[in-house]
Amino acid sequence: MAAAASSSCTLRGVGAVASAKPRSAAAPAARSARVAAAAKGPARGRLVARNAVAVTPRRMRRPRRLDPSQAALREGLIEEMKSDPTVCVMGEDVGHYGGSYKVTKGLAEMFGDLRVLDTPIAENSFTGMGIGAAMKGLRPIVEGMNMGFLLLAYNQISNNCGMLHYTSGGQFKIPVVIRGPGGVGRQLGAEHSQRLESYFQSIPGLQMVACSTPYNAKGLMKAAIRSENPVVLFEHVLLYNLKEKIPDEEYICCLEVAEMVRPGEHVTILTYSRMRYHVMQAAKTLVNKGYDPEVIDIRSLKPFDLHTIGNSIKKTHRVLIVEECMRTGGIGASLRSAIIDNFWDYLDAPIMCLSSQDVPTPYAGTLEDATVVQPAQIVAAVEQICQ
Amino acid sequence: MAFRLARASSQLARRAARGRYGDPRPWLLGSAPPVLLVSSPAAAVGGRRGFCSVRRFTAGDSSAAAAAAVSEDDETENGFTDGDQVLDFPGGKVSFEAEMNFLPESKAERINCYRVLDDDGQTISGSRFQEVSKEMARKMYSNMVTLQIMDTIFYEAQRQGRISFYLTSHGEEAINIASAAALSIEDLVLPQEFANQCFGNKMDYGKGRQMPIHYGSNRLNYFTVSSPIATQLPQAVGAAYSLKMDKKDACAITYFGDGGTSEGDFHAALNFAAVMEAPVIFFCRNNGWAISTPTTEQFRSDGVVVRGQAYGIRGIRVDGNDALAVYSAVHAAREMTITEGRPILVEALTYRVGHHSTSDDSTKYRPVDEIEHWRTARDPISRYRKWVQGNDWWSDAEESELRKTVRQELLQAIQVAERAPKPPVSELFTDVYDQIPSNLHEQEQLLRDTIMKHPADYPTDVPI
Repeated sequence: MAAAASSSCTLRGVGAVASAKPRSAAAPAARSARVAAAAKGPARGRLVARNAVAVTPRRMRRPRRLDPSQAALREGLIEEMKSDPTVCVMGEDVGHYGGSYKVTKGLAEMFGDLRVLDTPIAENSFTGMGIGAAMKGLRPIVEGMNMGFLLLAYNQISNNCGMLHYTSGGQFKIPVVIRGPGGVGRQLGAEHSQRLESYFQSIPGLQMVACSTPYNAKGLMKAAIRSENPVVLFEHVLLYNLKEKIPDEEYICCLEVAEMVRPGEHVTILTYSRMRYHVMQAAKTLVNKGYDPEVIDIRSLKPFDLHTIGNSIKKTHRVLIVEECMRTGGIGASLRSAIIDNFWDYLDAPIMCLSSQDVPTPYAGTLEDATVVQPAQIVAAVEQICQ
Repeated sequence: MAFRLARASSQLARRAARGRYGDPRPWLLGSAPPVLLVSSPAAAVGGRRGFCSVRRFTAGDSSAAAAAAVSEDDETENGFTDGDQVLDFPGGKVSFEAEMNFLPESKAERINCYRVLDDDGQTISGSRFQEVSKEMARKMYSNMVTLQIMDTIFYEAQRQGRISFYLTSHGEEAINIASAAALSIEDLVLPQEFANQCFGNKMDYGKGRQMPIHYGSNRLNYFTVSSPIATQLPQAVGAAYSLKMDKKDACAITYFGDGGTSEGDFHAALNFAAVMEAPVIFFCRNNGWAISTPTTEQFRSDGVVVRGQAYGIRGIRVDGNDALAVYSAVHAAREMTITEGRPILVEALTYRVGHHSTSDDSTKYRPVDEIEHWRTARDPISRYRKWVQGNDWWSDAEESELRKTVRQELLQAIQVAERAPKPPVSELFTDVYDQIPSNLHEQEQLLRDTIMKHPADYPTDVPI
């Protein structure tokens, strides 16, 4: 039934998908197929994959301890490296130094300095090396010391990582994870404050996810490692020390699914990474003013989870996108376009998008703050949309 | 002068590990991370090791295990003893001198070139090379001839408009075949598969997605060719790294031209391979031309082989038009990469007889008689043929028989490939990811709808 319904639908794309029942029946199955396919290895992993798809994250966990994001990422890495000997890490200072943000701390002692490889400083080349190793059957995790430096690896990421599975006719797969801290930090200067999700979003063959909490950091890291596709995992410099309780039992987060942070009725606020926290701060103010925002952390930057987003828009009919990218060509720009393509009929107001200006990030603290979307702006935007 | 000489940082790291840390020098504090560098007991090959005597990866995986296996002998490390005029900075000991001497930009003489057969196909007296069996010699020769005829026929096919692009290896047949022969006993030239790739038909392993001669085969351990120059070099290091992790008795080999050595990836890949002790052979086909750029405008070093030393990589320069020399060099290189766990750089000097590709006319930038000279007098195939026939392993009759058969086979392959159906439109959307995501499903549906609505605007022979 699902196949017949979708092909006869006149509405293009996921609009049809979100409204018709066949799709909502198909989606979890499709998602669990992807996740289940990705979860090779011990049965324990597969079982958790099915659970992870169905789970409503927060309520079903048994909280264990307070973990900062970097520790959660590290845990995810360690678990995967223990269960799969083909998983390896490469990057600058990831070995005995433990990585510039300590995500790989202790791994070299556990797994040896061949599996946790310190590379010379040449991003294009160690990314290329990771791709070559992946084509031979390893599952490398390539760490960029800062996402901005991965611009040097753009050639390998675009021309090889994204393309080789396709151009080889499916003969070679590239299950790499490319990760690193990005986003605007505290006065790190323009070159260390890049939002690379804008630049990478066009590359065919790539998947992109952004983590924002210790829980989803670990879950997305594990899912990314298990995925057969190349995944870029965007971490944020300022979120490494956030603490949260995460479960003891094994879990992963689906790569293609958005996270419902706060259900609401009046407006859908779509955000990701650090901006989630600015949005939640604004949400407190908004609630006091009598608004009921629905906050979704989109998490999956490529592809967008238009299912979750669409269902929300059908409920609230108003959309605000809050991002850290530049106004031109950022994730917000693409998301806005996708929403208009698919959910135009459900909108009662123009989509608003709050982004950074099209300027390099300045060093001076006051200027830097002015270039990042602040909670007050979010509150004002919601008030405007809901008029 | 009471200049107390401390040891090289590697030795001090080992002493620290042993807990016998004596007199900490200021320059040691906050120095390199405590990666324990260990002398590999089996490292010395034929005499004293050079100053780059530290090996990073031992047989065991864990660096803790490596720390336990330290060498006790640190008296005559690097051949220095107390009393020499020596400085110890991070990186090892160096002698110092009070005179200012700049290293010359190049040595007085160029690095010699290894060659086994002279221009008449006779083995040079006193030459040493890897013996080949009669079967192997004949196989190499017939593969070289096949490659030559294949290049001619496919080039003509492009000129006739039957394929969009082609790139020949005229003049470099010895490099291609002899180096591959030293690594594998598999078939080296597969006409039908090759034709399928060039025509981008349904049987192409690449499913019609890459331009001609950008083939690849997982089964044959051949990574799909990618157009950007030199991107394959770090990938080869990655593949070698994977072989090293799996402790396989194998090496990786990667080919590039003189032009490719200017790319950043070349330098980083060689550097990585040296530091990681990766079993990879870097094979440079120095054929004198990068499209229209001659090597004099590409670099100012003595070719490519000298650059190996800059990265701590052993290298050899070889006559690329001498099939036996290439075979021997690659055979030896393979042994070294595998048994010693180190990269090797091979520079094969040769000449690009053909144009860079079907989009190029090289008579515009180089003299025609130069091309002719290399095409005839310096042809690697006829030179090797003289040697094979000199051993009574080949005859003129077999020659004409081979050429006739190969030509027929290739023409047949082209016809079959040309007539074979192209991949269906559905293959436009597969393999972008492991499974087709919803956005690509939609885009595929959109394309199908458009084709069905306007069939006259789309080719009829491409299945949907």
